Amino acid sequence: MQWETVIGLEIHAQLTTQSKIFSGSSTTFGADANTQASAVDLAMPGTLPVPNEEAFRKAIMFGLAIDADINKRSVFDRKNYFYPDLPKGYQTTQLDHPIVGAGHVEIQLKDGSKKSIRIHHAHLEEDAGKSLHEDFHGMSGIDLNRAGTPLIEIVTEPDMNTAEEAVAFARKLHGLVSSIGICDGEMSQGSLRFDVNISIRPVGEEKLGTRTETKNLNSFRFMEKAIAHEVERQIELIEDGGEVKQETRLYDGDKDISRSMRSKEEANDYRYFPCPDLLPVVFDDSYIEAIRETLPELPDVKQARFIEQLGLSEYDAGILSAENTMANFFEATAKTCNDSKLAANWIMGELSARLNSEDKSISNIDLKAEQLGSLISRIKDGTVSSSGAKKVFDALWIGEDDNVDKIIEAKGLKQVSDTGALEAIVDEVLAGMTDQIEQYKSADDKKRKKLMGGFMGPLMKASKGQGNPKLFNQILAKKLNS
Amino acid sequence: MSIQREDVEKIARLAKLQINEEQLETVASELSNILGLVDQLQAVNTDNIEPMAHPTDAVQILRADQVTETNNREAFQKIAPATENGLYLVPKVIE
Amino acid sequence: MHNKTVAELSKGLAAGEYSSVELTQHFLTRIAEQDTTINSFITVCENEALSEAKAADEKISAGDATPWTGIPFAHKDIFCTQGVKTSCGSKMLDNFIPPYDATVTSNFKQQGAVCLGKTNMDEFAMGSSNESSYYGKVTNPWGENLVPGGSSGGSAAAVAARLTPAATATDTGGSIRQPSALCGVTGLKPTYGRVSRYGMIAFASSLDQGGPIARTAEDAAMMLNVMASYDKRDSTCIEREVPDYTSTLNNSIEGMNIGLPKEFFSDKLDAKMQQQVQNAVKEIEKLGANIKEISLPHTELSVPAYYIIAPAECSANLSRFDGVRYGHRCDNPKDLEDLYMRSRTEGFGDEVKRRILVGAYALSAGFYDAYYRKAQQVRRLIKNDFTSAFKDVDLIIGPTTPSPAFGFNSKGADPTAMYLEDIFTISTNLAGLPGMSIPGGMVNGLPVGLQLIGNYFDESRLLNVSHQFQKVTDWHNKTPTNCR
Repeated sequence: MQWETVIGLEIHAQLTTQSKIFSGSSTTFGADANTQASAVDLAMPGTLPVPNEEAFRKAIMFGLAIDADINKRSVFDRKNYFYPDLPKGYQTTQLDHPIVGAGHVEIQLKDGSKKSIRIHHAHLEEDAGKSLHEDFHGMSGIDLNRAGTPLIEIVTEPDMNTAEEAVAFARKLHGLVSSIGICDGEMSQGSLRFDVNISIRPVGEEKLGTRTETKNLNSFRFMEKAIAHEVERQIELIEDGGEVKQETRLYDGDKDISRSMRSKEEANDYRYFPCPDLLPVVFDDSYIEAIRETLPELPDVKQARFIEQLGLSEYDAGILSAENTMANFFEATAKTCNDSKLAANWIMGELSARLNSEDKSISNIDLKAEQLGSLISRIKDGTVSSSGAKKVFDALWIGEDDNVDKIIEAKGLKQVSDTGALEAIVDEVLAGMTDQIEQYKSADDKKRKKLMGGFMGPLMKASKGQGNPKLFNQILAKKLNS
Repeated sequence: MSIQREDVEKIARLAKLQINEEQLETVASELSNILGLVDQLQAVNTDNIEPMAHPTDAVQILRADQVTETNNREAFQKIAPATENGLYLVPKVIE
Repeated sequence: MHNKTVAELSKGLAAGEYSSVELTQHFLTRIAEQDTTINSFITVCENEALSEAKAADEKISAGDATPWTGIPFAHKDIFCTQGVKTSCGSKMLDNFIPPYDATVTSNFKQQGAVCLGKTNMDEFAMGSSNESSYYGKVTNPWGENLVPGGSSGGSAAAVAARLTPAATATDTGGSIRQPSALCGVTGLKPTYGRVSRYGMIAFASSLDQGGPIARTAEDAAMMLNVMASYDKRDSTCIEREVPDYTSTLNNSIEGMNIGLPKEFFSDKLDAKMQQQVQNAVKEIEKLGANIKEISLPHTELSVPAYYIIAPAECSANLSRFDGVRYGHRCDNPKDLEDLYMRSRTEGFGDEVKRRILVGAYALSAGFYDAYYRKAQQVRRLIKNDFTSAFKDVDLIIGPTTPSPAFGFNSKGADPTAMYLEDIFTISTNLAGLPGMSIPGGMVNGLPVGLQLIGNYFDESRLLNVSHQFQKVTDWHNKTPTNCR
């Protein structure tokens, strides 16, 4: 049987506020356990929540960025369940009246096709603390620093059908929330967490199959693997005559295995009701419009500009515009060297490869856009060859020096572009290559082009790699064809 | 509305309260009495009546995004039943 | 000294007739001698009180005093007091010493008032007889076999027995007014949002409101001057100027329109009580007020609506008591579930468990609409009754309770019998209106409470009418039979 996969995502994004959603505690990552847990965060008796305006402002920014309806009146509800990382015994969230209503996000796939993914809604809620399972004499330790960190939970419609689409959406969303500055996007720190709902159905069937939820996927690679793994599991299950159970599953990316979580939902009934400690939150049009004014250029708009104004390909423009840090780096590089295409090539090529291999991101490297820009200028003006430039790039990357010209100088990578000196080298080299010259001269045009390359190696060697290859080529052609 | 033993068992589990076997009947009948009292509500016509969650019509005042709390862990953990290395201890959490 | 009102004591302190230390010692001695039978205090803060009194005396002699500097008073044990056990009448919090103050607590500290201790109460403020306290029942100073009412039974009994000049209290369905009525003292539940709930341990968040219990309306006004404040830490607190509630006490009430809801004078009200309330109304009429009958047609539905809404809110509010961060934790939990189950089962008493279960049931899947949503809709109908009534009248008057103080264990095994005790008080909580109970007569040697209900934020009027009534009557000066 042919199966169709149906995927919906729930994304929890921590909002980059200074203080928590309902208390004045700091949200800084990595502090000592429970040093950022105030009386309110600890649910001390009698304490009460007061919502943070910035969390709403950022949620509204997100809503505007996905072209969603902003609910001018939103309400907090209590979701009741017991868990040690949930101090109040309920999570304050928004059920029936979320701040952000329906919207959509457009994704682009590798084959160039586009697809619009509908967002059902996005609501504000508080994050839970953390349970640490290192051994405390068979006990778990509870750290409530994270409890109360503002989250926006983004819920999509089940509009994706492949892992590629889901990952493209996740990447797009990652770029969007970090570009508009509402989330730092640090997936390894849990700032952005993806839960994937997956079901399968026979192709042509309209009714959705029973879905499972795979929780807390903290990298795109694992998300892709987890989806493939789960789809395969469901197909095998059904084809073996079994049934998919609605459950929450945990995926272990390192071992590529998944297991059913001892589902806290299974026996649960969350008994949602409006939180009586909080009043309805009401905004007017002018408040929302003022936030719209503060929105930076969105990635889609930026992509279009990169294509139209800078002449980039749609693919390059898409990648370079996806995230603000990347886009800013690209624009600064292009500005310095005054060549968008070369800047794009270097960033998409050398820089991206380096980022990937060292698992870094643009925001945590030493290399400055201006340095890369000057390096590209030096390639353009012939000061350094492409291969020499890679050596300069290496030096910049490890922070050997911060000045491109000094590195070129120090490493002796400056190209010789003095025509007289180059001619002397050509003459000297050609003098020892009479056979090859004969061969060249007797060859036809097509073959000549190939044979020409055979002279370049010795020329570069003779110039200790410093001869300008372009000029060598010109001189060589002149001499051989004369 | 009469509440059965099974209902009591289910909500007691949700509310994390233990009800002994011998108390189940009593609790079920007490809860049935309370819900009997409450059943008067069903006779009232409330069509088009907006549910009222708060006594006043006030709207939420939002707080400026400022860190106003400082570390007070020592004071809070002095009154905690079990802590170690700044963490609250609970029996092993199994996910 | 113990028969003096707060207003009188304030003058006496200012005039140097006695020091705060003397005054405080006097009340501490009375508590030590008499509270063994009344049991109105859970904690007596002897050392703290004396050192606060000493500091107050210094302020007074330095000319830095406010009307409250050096005045002894007590807090209901529901208000968090930094460094002093705050139990909420529960085993769950028997070991709980908060490292912070409630806003109401700090308001009194700022005034230099002297806290004598923490008063007894029904566990988590759930009850109308003070029989559900983990710290034992409180005896009504008017009869050793009688309940003081609840949940602020300790505060009302302590004021009635002259163990403190005044006490803070809270009211979710009548918990200030009903014990005030049963103990023959003056109690005021302010408009919802008038007094900060921060640090006041929650029972039902949309209904709870702190307020004063004192002997006179004048003292209640002085209390409210301190208790009422806008608090940014309580989202439901209303930003609104706090008037000087004592400044309008002597206004004339001539021409004021007062409504008597016919539903409050039904067969639910004891006949002798009815007579006493009518007599009190005549006194008010003599002061120049116009009396007319009004109707609050949904009154009877207030009890059922309340017994869904309050338990629903409490079922979530009390989830934080889980044995993890503070409060009672069972011995040697074998796993997480055991920690929750045993800590909560051991820590909470029967009435609290009952309400948590009712609340959880009303909110559970499949019942929400029939119970919770329905109750919230009826709540609006009840509020609408008052809104229309206040188009015609300035104030509503009726009885506070259906009958005077009743005996211990007299409500039998059915919890709903006790719930009907609040039939006249609950509707104001549902609507969020201010309500007050003042001594208005006697039946069989026991005090009768007269209830006044005002429009939103009209506490001044309640206090004004009460004060005028107390100027021409002396019910509030009756001393309980067991008060020495």
